[in-house]
Amino acid sequence: MAHAEAQQHDTQGHQHAHAQGQQHPIGIYLKIWGLLFVLSTASYLVDYFHFQGYLRWFLIIVFMLLKAGLIVAVFMHMMWERLALMYAILVPTVLLMVLLGIGALEADYTFFTRGVFFVKGLL
Amino acid sequence: MTQAIATNTVAPLPLPEGVQGVVADWSSDQRAFKNVPWGKAMMWIFLLSDTFIFSSFLISYMTVRMSTTEPWPNPSEVFALTLWGKKIPLILIAIMTFVLISSSGTMAMAVKFGYEKNRKITFILLLITAALGATFVGMQAFEWTKLILDEGIRPWGNPLGAAQFGSVFFMITGFHGTHVSIGVIFLIIVAIKVIRGDLDHQRPGFLTGRKGNYEIVEIMGLYWHFVDLVWVFIFAVFYLW
Repeated sequence: MAHAEAQQHDTQGHQHAHAQGQQHPIGIYLKIWGLLFVLSTASYLVDYFHFQGYLRWFLIIVFMLLKAGLIVAVFMHMMWERLALMYAILVPTVLLMVLLGIGALEADYTFFTRGVFFVKGLL
Repeated sequence: MTQAIATNTVAPLPLPEGVQGVVADWSSDQRAFKNVPWGKAMMWIFLLSDTFIFSSFLISYMTVRMSTTEPWPNPSEVFALTLWGKKIPLILIAIMTFVLISSSGTMAMAVKFGYEKNRKITFILLLITAALGATFVGMQAFEWTKLILDEGIRPWGNPLGAAQFGSVFFMITGFHGTHVSIGVIFLIIVAIKVIRGDLDHQRPGFLTGRKGNYEIVEIMGLYWHFVDLVWVFIFAVFYLW
């Protein structure tokens, strides 16, 4: 009797643990899906209407980061995960900013030396 | 015997939240990722490493584009299509973007119906996701064919401007297309497992003795959303920039 009760308890506990595993109403997926469509259309329109310069770059990056954030947070369920996992995955990507900065510095320098040595008429 | 089981009925202590939770999880002398199946944690770590690979590609693209003295070919014109007698800029890439986002939407719903153990709907949604992924790869094959045959773009040079355009394009879209193709294959495998009932009956997979369950649908979903995520960045910095 006690055995059966314990078993029942165990299965309940097990099911409870499973119910915790990323189950969310379908509406949120449909809403995010719609939002991603809107943001993609917006970023396509940036090109279609020939925005140039800083406005173009700003809009492209904003739409890109919004889309990436929505996908990671909702579709990949990151917003419902524990902080330990969130930090373990998201913090290392910040390191890429260092690589980005080094790449930009290096590219500027290469462009400068190419300008000095390769472009005709300068030397 | 009875005693041993009875002691197991006590509910576990609630886990601390916030930064305290991070410290507690990591210093607990147990697995660091609580409430997460290990397969999912490992998929996240694989995706983190893949993020670094794609970032290396995109950052090297940035450096070659910034440092070239030749003009960069305008992607808006290179990827334009003539539809109904009208030239529409970048339209093929826009359609590919919508196809991939739609596949992400159906994948997210497949995960939800998987945890509800709704085999039929999960199977259908997984197949739609795979079909959309295959459509994406097909459109990419069309795009490559057009660029190689009609525009004469090669990895070592092209008639439109900077030679680096071709190498960067084939490298990045090729690597992404490979990810999509692998994803389509695994989506079909997971779909078959779902409809056969492997996950309901906890049958082990072909490379593991681990019992099958619906967590693999979510893990598959993580990979698929990541492929979509990478496309978001490629679309923004390569095609739109």
